[in-house]
Amino acid sequence: MAATVSKTSYATPSGRVIELDVPHWPGNLAGQHLDVRLTSEDGYQAARSYSIASVGSGLVELAVDRIPDGEVSPYLTMDIMPGDQLEVRGPLGGWFVWREGATEPVQLIGGGSGVVPLMAMMRQHAAAASAVPFRLLYSARTDDDAFYAKEIDDLAGPALDVTWIYTRKGPGSWTGPIGRLTRETLAAAVIPAAENPAVFVCGPTPFVEAVASWLVELGHDPARVKTERFGGA
Amino acid sequence: MTDGKHVDGNALAGPLSEVFDFDVTSASARCASCGDTTELARAMVYEKPHSFIVRCSHCDAVLMVILQKTDATELDLRGTAWLRAPR
Ligand SMILES: Cc1cc2nc3c(=O)[nH]c(=O)nc-3n(C[C@H](O)[C@H](O)[C@H](O)COP(=O)(O)OP(=O)(O)OC[C@H]3O[C@@H](n4cnc5c(N)ncnc54)[C@H](O)[C@@H]3O)c2cc1C
Ligand SMILES: [Zn+2]
Repeated sequence: MAATVSKTSYATPSGRVIELDVPHWPGNLAGQHLDVRLTSEDGYQAARSYSIASVGSGLVELAVDRIPDGEVSPYLTMDIMPGDQLEVRGPLGGWFVWREGATEPVQLIGGGSGVVPLMAMMRQHAAAASAVPFRLLYSARTDDDAFYAKEIDDLAGPALDVTWIYTRKGPGSWTGPIGRLTRETLAAAVIPAAENPAVFVCGPTPFVEAVASWLVELGHDPARVKTERFGGA
Repeated sequence: MTDGKHVDGNALAGPLSEVFDFDVTSASARCASCGDTTELARAMVYEKPHSFIVRCSHCDAVLMVILQKTDATELDLRGTAWLRAPR
């Protein structure tokens, strides 16, 4: 499918939010992704997956973090402009998704750009005024690097409990700890295993794998912990 | 063999949409080596030029290999003993 870039905005120093106009987009579930395929003049092709931050039909929103020396993300975060065309395929994936009818409490855990599919879930939860308890644990390098920080702060409240983890620097008013997520912080922040939450963990592969194994150590049923690895060493 | 960066079966949704017309990442697959049965989305995926090596998250055996050729997508399913697609 040919998508047209309709709007781009700098969301963080290294990340951009990109809105795409995709003719005949069938709509998507919260948590799905699409594949972007770039073809260079000599015919060389590179395909990468990007989660969809929006839900439903209408414009398709992506949020992309620039990986220095990457093949695709520097192009998406620095070069493309409104009006440009992108070849996309999607919506894709039916496993790492939250469906509105689900009734169990939901724990979202995101690292870096891993918050993108979780954002779609939070937006759908808010749009539906759902009474299902939602909690987010979001680990970002610094407050400037956090995607959707303002929107998440606005959504936080009785319907959405938010815990921030800053690994390098927090906002000016921050009095909490600075540093990587630990098993203890995780245990204190997430919905306890006894409440049988559906857990969605997404982000860089090492982050996802550390969190998933801690969750199991903390008594969470592995079958109820869904993971999505974005890659990275 | 299994060190280096990897992703998981969620990333196969696009490539495998060329072979299956349903979301196969939600399907359960049984590993022919260890018998572990779980959703394909949970498998470990190693991307190589023009191919994906898909490994069992339990025993690391190869579940499937996806080859992306210019004229076709090929699937080697020797490591998968059984597949169950939810309706
Ligand atoms: C299902 C899925 C959904 C995704 N959704 C998003 C999303 O919403 N937003 C987003 O920004 N990215 C997302 N990604 C990651 C994205 O697909 C690319 O891997 C990423 O943009 C890097 O691509 P690249 O071509 O720039 O780098 P490459 O050329 O592929 O890699 C360059 C170097 O960077 C390293 N690297 C690759 N990926 C990462 C990473 N994630 N973190 C750190 N180092 C890395 C590689 O090991 C390599 O050394 C998703 C991945 C998957 C599988
Ligand atoms: Zn196995």
